[in-house]
Amino acid sequence: MSKTLRIKKGVDIRLTGEPALTCGDAPRPKVVAVQPTDFPGLTPKLAVKEGTQVQAGEALFYDKTYTSVMFVSPVSGMVKEVVRGAKRRILAVVVEADGTDNAKDFGAWNGGDRDALVAHMAAGGAFATMRQRPFDVLANPADTPRAIYVSGFDSAPLAVDTGVATEGRMDDLQRGIDALGVLAGQGGVHVGTRAGDNTLSGLNGCTTTAFNGPHPAGNVGVQIHHTAPINKGEVIWTMGLQDVINLGAFLRTGHYAADRVVALGGSEMNDPRHIRTVAGIKLSDLGVQANAGARVISGSVLTGTSTGEEGYLGGFATQVVALPEGHDPKFLLTEGWLSPGLNKFSMSRAYPTWLMPKSKQYTLDTNQNGEDRAFVVSGQYEAVFPFDIFPVHLVKSIMVNDIDAMEKLGIYEVAPEDFALCEFVCTSKIPVQSIVRDGLDALKVELG
Amino acid sequence: MKAIHNLIQSIKPHFEEGGKLSRFWVVFDSLETFAFTPGHVTHSGAHIRDGIDLKRTMFLVIVAMVPCLLFGMWNIGHQYHLSLGQTSDLLANVLVGAWKVIPLIVVSYGVGLGIEFIFAGMRGHSINEGYLVSGMLIPLIMPVDVPLWMVALAVAFAVVVAKEVFGGTGMNILNVALTARAFLFFAYPKQLSGEIWIHDVAASKAGGMLVDGYTGATALGHLAGTVGTAADQASAATMSLFADGGMFSLSNCFLGLIPGSVGETSALACLIGAAVLIWTGIGSWRVIASFLAGGLVMGFLFNLIGANAYMTISPIHQVVMGGFMFGMVFMATDPVSAAQTDTGKLWYGFFGGLFSIMIRVFNPAYPEGVMMAILFMNVMAPLIDHYVIEANIKRREKRLTAATA
Repeated sequence: MSKTLRIKKGVDIRLTGEPALTCGDAPRPKVVAVQPTDFPGLTPKLAVKEGTQVQAGEALFYDKTYTSVMFVSPVSGMVKEVVRGAKRRILAVVVEADGTDNAKDFGAWNGGDRDALVAHMAAGGAFATMRQRPFDVLANPADTPRAIYVSGFDSAPLAVDTGVATEGRMDDLQRGIDALGVLAGQGGVHVGTRAGDNTLSGLNGCTTTAFNGPHPAGNVGVQIHHTAPINKGEVIWTMGLQDVINLGAFLRTGHYAADRVVALGGSEMNDPRHIRTVAGIKLSDLGVQANAGARVISGSVLTGTSTGEEGYLGGFATQVVALPEGHDPKFLLTEGWLSPGLNKFSMSRAYPTWLMPKSKQYTLDTNQNGEDRAFVVSGQYEAVFPFDIFPVHLVKSIMVNDIDAMEKLGIYEVAPEDFALCEFVCTSKIPVQSIVRDGLDALKVELG
Repeated sequence: MKAIHNLIQSIKPHFEEGGKLSRFWVVFDSLETFAFTPGHVTHSGAHIRDGIDLKRTMFLVIVAMVPCLLFGMWNIGHQYHLSLGQTSDLLANVLVGAWKVIPLIVVSYGVGLGIEFIFAGMRGHSINEGYLVSGMLIPLIMPVDVPLWMVALAVAFAVVVAKEVFGGTGMNILNVALTARAFLFFAYPKQLSGEIWIHDVAASKAGGMLVDGYTGATALGHLAGTVGTAADQASAATMSLFADGGMFSLSNCFLGLIPGSVGETSALACLIGAAVLIWTGIGSWRVIASFLAGGLVMGFLFNLIGANAYMTISPIHQVVMGGFMFGMVFMATDPVSAAQTDTGKLWYGFFGGLFSIMIRVFNPAYPEGVMMAILFMNVMAPLIDHYVIEANIKRREKRLTAATA
């Protein structure tokens, strides 16, 4: 019987356009992209040129620091384009699929020691999705983490359903968990599950902890904090549930797996549902049909990237959401700050919607709902931030680049995603997530 | 709305860079954003945002002040007619009150927003909403007959010295409205201790029109007069005012039928405001509740000591007199100058309430203890937060030691 922990702080934002619990297969991808920008802390070095023929599982680029960690092509085909941004920074490596199943064979894993497993995973692209805390960056394969954490559910709005994502994949999941058990230090492998959901209760070789409560209870950082918080000097690795399944499949077959069950949702999404595809697929190939003028997001509405239908499914994204853009100015009496606000969602009780049942769904647009201001209101972040950390003070210490204060205030435990709700509720519309990212990067540079 | 929007858009070019009126861009921008929440969409981080903004927040604080404002207006007329021994009706009372209060509001907003516009223009940022609340608070804590030029001076001092030099809304250390009041108190002690709590009381007195024995002093003024004198007849006479049926009886103080600053007299109106602030979540219940607790505890302690007549006033009576309730609900809860941590808010409020009663009883030269107490706690708030945060840091260090041991 696993322990159940209650997370009190946070909020579930119920949006219209919830994905149905059905799951179909997406068409075969025609074009996929692997985007270095999806992996914080990565400095990519290209392994291919435009025009190179690659098999599925063949390296496209690798990390400058951890040169053994390969980022591989999810499909067989030809490198069509290396998209570069300012200062020739690599934004994406685009591969045009040839429609075949040619895949590089790394050989099925028959057991072996830890170093061999790390090398096997790194070469086959299965280590690329391993992240570490502190800093929330690509894990250093040379480290032995205290423990490895996997969040067994996503609590973000419109998130993918664990039952749908793991259907028929429990064997691979177990195989992945077993492999993580080889990699983890004395802390072992931890899986956080949603209280009341028994989908993952059959897993062996890991400690499962059930979490009860609103978002961000499904964030792995919250789960770490409430089981065994990260201290200065410790390293924890984290991996997404679907990435663990892919790891298991890779070890079983010897072929790189980038399968992804994606939740399509949002008020502007036609036919919101789950769909099975591969990471990096072009969203228009995925069959995403959003209404004209909508914002199409790869990832969740709180942490995702606005890509448009011509963008690609991000390296960690398990959702595609379409939201109405909020370009229209809102007149004060009808929709603005003096309006009754019967369709406005707010964590504060400034609009009467807090009297409505919690299950009421809202259609929210991308308007910022106010102008940028300095910090004024206090106590807002704390209400949605289930850590024993003072979020506002941590954010302020980052703003003034006070490394010492950041360390003392607990920056090792957090990732930008943990602050997503703080950013959502902020009256002063402060870009908290990017501030935290900057702070983590600055600290990483400082500590070498 | 479409028409208003089009009108605004049509005159916008004049205010933009290169336009004839570009120096008034700040004014235009603030009016435009006042009427229309701009169509800014999120560009980084969370794609959706909470419906609340600073305008809504500040607006709700003003809504919470409305009962105090309306009651204050009526009470000005009520007290005026009482001082003359006349009976009056609602309309007559409100008219007298409006005659006093509206100029105060106009001066407060005029001077304060004027300065804000200048600073915003200089710094090239848009007008912040902070002064919407301060500008309404200041008239409510002014004595009824305060000269308008003094108000203007106090507002200018408060906005420039308490707020803009620190960087504007959100950066100030002291509560802006209380700074204005404190400025008057220290700059014009003579004028502020005189007969200014009731409309035209000085003139009425000179004309011999006052009711016999009417002094026009506030409850705290009366009580301050008893300190230092033995429990003689004079203080006994004063204390009788506070007994049931007296001018400052518990019910009169609670309802606010007593002389005092414009909006502070009615504890009932303040509590309605508190209910609005707590209900909407804009004001911190921690500050309000602990402030009240602090005041009651100090009042109770004084009861136990009972060294003079002032100390024998019951704790409940203490907290409904003077500006205690108003300060508790609208001043102490200012999120910028209050403590920011949840635990810190409890200490901040508790000591604020404690000192309010302590100062008014111990130092009759400062009858309005709540003003001094809150300003003092504003200064102390960062220290309180510091200790709360230190405790958090210590906890983390302890965890590390335990893990490595």
